[in-house]
Amino acid sequence: MSVLTTDKNITTQIASFIKQKVNVDADPIRKEALEDFERLGIPHAKHEEYKYTPIARVLEKNFSFTPSPASGPIGSIDQFFIKGIDADTIVFIDGVFSKDHSKISSSDVKVLNLKEAIDSKNEIALQHFGKYADFRNDSLSAWNRAAWTEGVFIHVADKVSVAKPVIIYHITNATDGEVTAFNRNLFVVGKSAQVTIIEKYDSTGKANHFSNFVTEVVVNENAGFEHYSIQNDQNNRFQRNLTQIYQKNSSRVNTYTFTLNGKFYRNNLNLILDGEGIESHMYGLYLLNGDTLADNHTVVDHMKPNSFSNELYKGILDDSSKGVFNGKIYVRPQAQKTNAYQNNRNVLLTDTASINTKPQLEIWADDVKCSHGCTTGQIDEEALFYLQSRGINKDTARAMMLYAFAGDVVDHVPNEKMKEYIDALISDRLHKDF
Amino acid sequence: MLSIKNLQAKIDDKQILNGINLEVKAGEVHAIMGPNGSGKSTLASVLAGREEYEILEGEVTFQGKDLLELSPDERAREGIFLAFQYPVEIPGVSTINFMKTALNQIRTHRGQPALDAVSFLQLMKEKMKLVEIDQSLLNRALNEGFSGGEKKRNEIFQMAMLEPKLAILDETDSGLDIDALKIVSNGVNKLRSKNNAVIVVTHYQRLLDYIVPDFVHVLYKGKIVKSGTKELALELEAKGYDWIKDEVSVG
Repeated sequence: MSVLTTDKNITTQIASFIKQKVNVDADPIRKEALEDFERLGIPHAKHEEYKYTPIARVLEKNFSFTPSPASGPIGSIDQFFIKGIDADTIVFIDGVFSKDHSKISSSDVKVLNLKEAIDSKNEIALQHFGKYADFRNDSLSAWNRAAWTEGVFIHVADKVSVAKPVIIYHITNATDGEVTAFNRNLFVVGKSAQVTIIEKYDSTGKANHFSNFVTEVVVNENAGFEHYSIQNDQNNRFQRNLTQIYQKNSSRVNTYTFTLNGKFYRNNLNLILDGEGIESHMYGLYLLNGDTLADNHTVVDHMKPNSFSNELYKGILDDSSKGVFNGKIYVRPQAQKTNAYQNNRNVLLTDTASINTKPQLEIWADDVKCSHGCTTGQIDEEALFYLQSRGINKDTARAMMLYAFAGDVVDHVPNEKMKEYIDALISDRLHKDF
Repeated sequence: MLSIKNLQAKIDDKQILNGINLEVKAGEVHAIMGPNGSGKSTLASVLAGREEYEILEGEVTFQGKDLLELSPDERAREGIFLAFQYPVEIPGVSTINFMKTALNQIRTHRGQPALDAVSFLQLMKEKMKLVEIDQSLLNRALNEGFSGGEKKRNEIFQMAMLEPKLAILDETDSGLDIDALKIVSNGVNKLRSKNNAVIVVTHYQRLLDYIVPDFVHVLYKGKIVKSGTKELALELEAKGYDWIKDEVSVG
């Protein structure tokens, strides 16, 4: 029974940590969330959705969840910025908005501190805040709901196409002890509007840090939303994200999740297709080494007829890294003429690397096109020999094949500057020398 | 150029080569024929350095170097080229980029400067004409979705680009119709010179009408049991391999 007591201990510990940080009694929503959190508890190893991602053990082992001394001022953070891309930038340090580092120049996008937007009763914010994610049945989301302090509220008005991408840098200053951050974001894209939002996660210092983020996105009729998540931090980052995207008629969503470095990632990405004529693409690429664990749990929920979704996640796993992929596709009874595709492909470079992949399709409609596929294999020795037999040394030949494998995802990045940036990261990682 | 002495090799627990002896000089074309399972493709693979095979005995020197000590890519950079019986499809790897990387690694090894993009494309155009291969094929991923004939032609194109000293054609004729066979053979013939050599591994005599060998060797049960000139190939074509088998068992 040690597993169960462990999970209870860590839950209790976290609950008291939340109470120290925020006054839950002053806010009925936070109070409810804390109760939900205590009732649900941090998922233990037997939990179906956390079978290969022992979050309770990981948190218990690496975090004390006691207040730690405040870190000194952070040094230069320029090295974290994506070069050569003309963008508006928002910087959070340890979960706190940093006005000094942020720069919003375009007038076509409204960016507010979410806390302030709620407190000042911003109509749009209030209309959508907390309406989409399932906080009552997921303990990590309940935790965020009870403990969140800051976040971004981005509103793009109807028919506005935002030319520059908005980049949100989540930076942790972990020089003086463990850091935790609980951010909450809300993005509302108006009818026939268009916006690209990039989130990137970085840190300084050696102490462990844990982020538990919840982002809700509403993509209105005929609007377009592009979202990038760049996970390339040091090996003291532990992170859980929930990105809940709610789509209306004829909206288009593209998500890109790149995971390269860090200790522990649990990415929950849920797309709710509550309309017709929707097109959604989810792309993921994880290049893991060391003992990184990256878990991508995705949901595509087709609620209405005539929509299209496509998912492509690929992984290259080296050393003793671990990957988890779970892709759920729901097609509701009335969602006839749905097209839903899913593909997960993995290459394991060592005997100690592992991947657990699980497609999960639940289809209640009878006139649909759905397919899924997953493959896991080693690098193709015959192809390697072929390249070598032309004079290409083994390392280059391997890099060529892995680069081609990863390129299949990168090719889908529409923003040229982002494509260049990601291509450079991947080329560097795979020691591309051709 | 190439000297093989008492070469013995096995795969898994099965010995395939049982003492091969062969001398190939610059300017020569040698044909290796033999019934299925005689070890022809194994010999080609072992020379190119395929790692699944274990060398049990013997030695192979190529231009004075111990070939068996070298990795497949080192062998290629020394000037050995294997045209695959079954060329591999490699999705996502562009043929042009692959060829440029290979050529420049070989050039660097030879002490020549790497080719820039313009000179590379120029060279490519020239060689494409030689083997009558279309640009549209080369714009695709390496061998991906190519027909059998297109794959074989691509092998000869690569050979033309890399200008090997010793080319080993492993059943390059199998699966080709007569037109494709002519094009491929023509390409090989244009590349022949007094400085390079070719080993043609084939089951059928047909190819040897187009690539005329100086010597023909018959491989049987992992050994060269008979050597002769091109007339031997014609005799094999007329009489089949059974008389060779009989001769060997009598002997």
